[in-house]
Amino acid sequence: MLIRRPADLRQRDVTPKQVYLDRRKFLAAAPAAFLTARELLSPRGEALAGTKLPNLTKSPLSTTEQMTSPDVVTHYNNFYEFGTSKNEPARYAQNFKTSPWTVSVEGDVVKPRKFSMDEILKLAPLEERIYRHRCVEAWSIVVPWIGYSLSALLNLVQPTAKAKYVAFESYWDLRQMPLAQPDKAGIEFPYVEGLRLDEAMHPLALLCVGMYGETLPPQDGAPVRLVVPWKYGFKSIKSIVKIKLVGSQPPTTWNMAGPREYGFYSNVNPEVDHPRWSQAKEQRLPSIFKNHPTQMFNGYASQVAGLYSGMDLRKNY
Amino acid sequence: MSISVSSGLKSRWTKALLFLLCLLPFAHLVAVALAYILQPDLSTGLWRFLVPSLPPNPLDFFTHLTGDWTIRLIVITLAITPLRKLLGVPDLIRFRRPLGLFAFFYGCLHFLTYLWFDKLFDFHEIWKDVAKRPFITAGFTAFVLMVPLALTSTKGWIRRLGGKRWQRLHRLIYVSAIAAVVHYYWLVKSDVRLPLFYGALVAVLLLCRLVVSIMKRARQRTAAAKPAPAEA
Repeated sequence: MLIRRPADLRQRDVTPKQVYLDRRKFLAAAPAAFLTARELLSPRGEALAGTKLPNLTKSPLSTTEQMTSPDVVTHYNNFYEFGTSKNEPARYAQNFKTSPWTVSVEGDVVKPRKFSMDEILKLAPLEERIYRHRCVEAWSIVVPWIGYSLSALLNLVQPTAKAKYVAFESYWDLRQMPLAQPDKAGIEFPYVEGLRLDEAMHPLALLCVGMYGETLPPQDGAPVRLVVPWKYGFKSIKSIVKIKLVGSQPPTTWNMAGPREYGFYSNVNPEVDHPRWSQAKEQRLPSIFKNHPTQMFNGYASQVAGLYSGMDLRKNY
Repeated sequence: MSISVSSGLKSRWTKALLFLLCLLPFAHLVAVALAYILQPDLSTGLWRFLVPSLPPNPLDFFTHLTGDWTIRLIVITLAITPLRKLLGVPDLIRFRRPLGLFAFFYGCLHFLTYLWFDKLFDFHEIWKDVAKRPFITAGFTAFVLMVPLALTSTKGWIRRLGGKRWQRLHRLIYVSAIAAVVHYYWLVKSDVRLPLFYGALVAVLLLCRLVVSIMKRARQRTAAAKPAPAEA
């Protein structure tokens, strides 16, 4: 029997260039999808950050895999501060005020300080890094993030010998995020995440300020977020306001919500299932099929496996 | 007024209208599926209204659309009997079978979405899922229990089984409804508002029946306890 193997990428999977270039118009139209035609004519594009980020260096850490269309990456979001449905952040985050913005870096460091967004943007040369991004829900995307290794920022404040972990905290403001309440979202706020210091210092751990050549759209975690490509997506905390170096393992939001389901480490691991579903395969959006094999550490094993040598990854899920 | 409502309910057209309404979600699904397959320019012609934008995750879209309509139609089907009595419109009974069958129809599509797109008909994996994952077990139970109900929904089967036995068999829908709610509650990550909403609806609809049956039994008991008229 002849079984025709479909090409990995068909022409129709590629976003037409004009659509890509005009994506902000589509984003602006999203709140009233049914009025698309009319909405396209109204100049609401400014609601999105979307400033071009010039002088990007291409990173050798990038994958050569086909990138996901920005339309998917901006309309399929887990950002519970703006609603628990995947399509809600694109709608409800549009007026999110991300300027002025400061990130406080504190705790066990020699030089604690507050960084303005301007300072963060200029702290190190901006790189474009195309990473695989694997959600704990078993879907994945490939995104050209923009930023630099988190270590650049951490080195600047000089962690002391006491610092063993890094705790991150997201912005939380009920006036801007009326849905960000435990009785609505089922999780606690503000959203907090954490990494071991050696994980945070790993060159792959990215302090991210943009994607697809531009600043981050609000629903993707503007103005500054973390991207930890070998861990499930929820570790990559969005809209960061605080980074604190601490001596013991910090609490993390999803772990508090479901300790059996979401561990502190949450490394991508096809062999350790989520209690409610298998993690062996993933759906590479926009494909409808969940047939893409999930790789150990999301394909970054050769770089990061050493961080966990001797650890039982079944226990430390 | 009540006469016109009643004759309206009896008309063949209301049933046809119900069919059309119940098919609307399916039509939406077909339109989106066609948009994926044909990749037309969605800003032109009819597409602009049918599919203003492609859902970013087609598997999610199909799963949620079919699952949502299954549970909605189960709840609506369960509401028919209480509503008949509460509103005094016994003719609503005409809608119960089609509504139940449409619930089963969307349940089939929901199950098929899982079998095909999520599991690619890997029956070994599917069986592992059903045995190991409580939310799949619950969903599978809800679906399987609907199968005998759909099969015996015809007049012929009501006759063959006899009204009483048929009715007893079809009480399985109560278990199916509860299993469907549990399935929904167990599958969401943290926001349980919608599963709780459906759970509350199902609870009220089942409680209605419990109250009615208790009252009925109490009435029968008092009737039985009454001393028989003395024979003269």
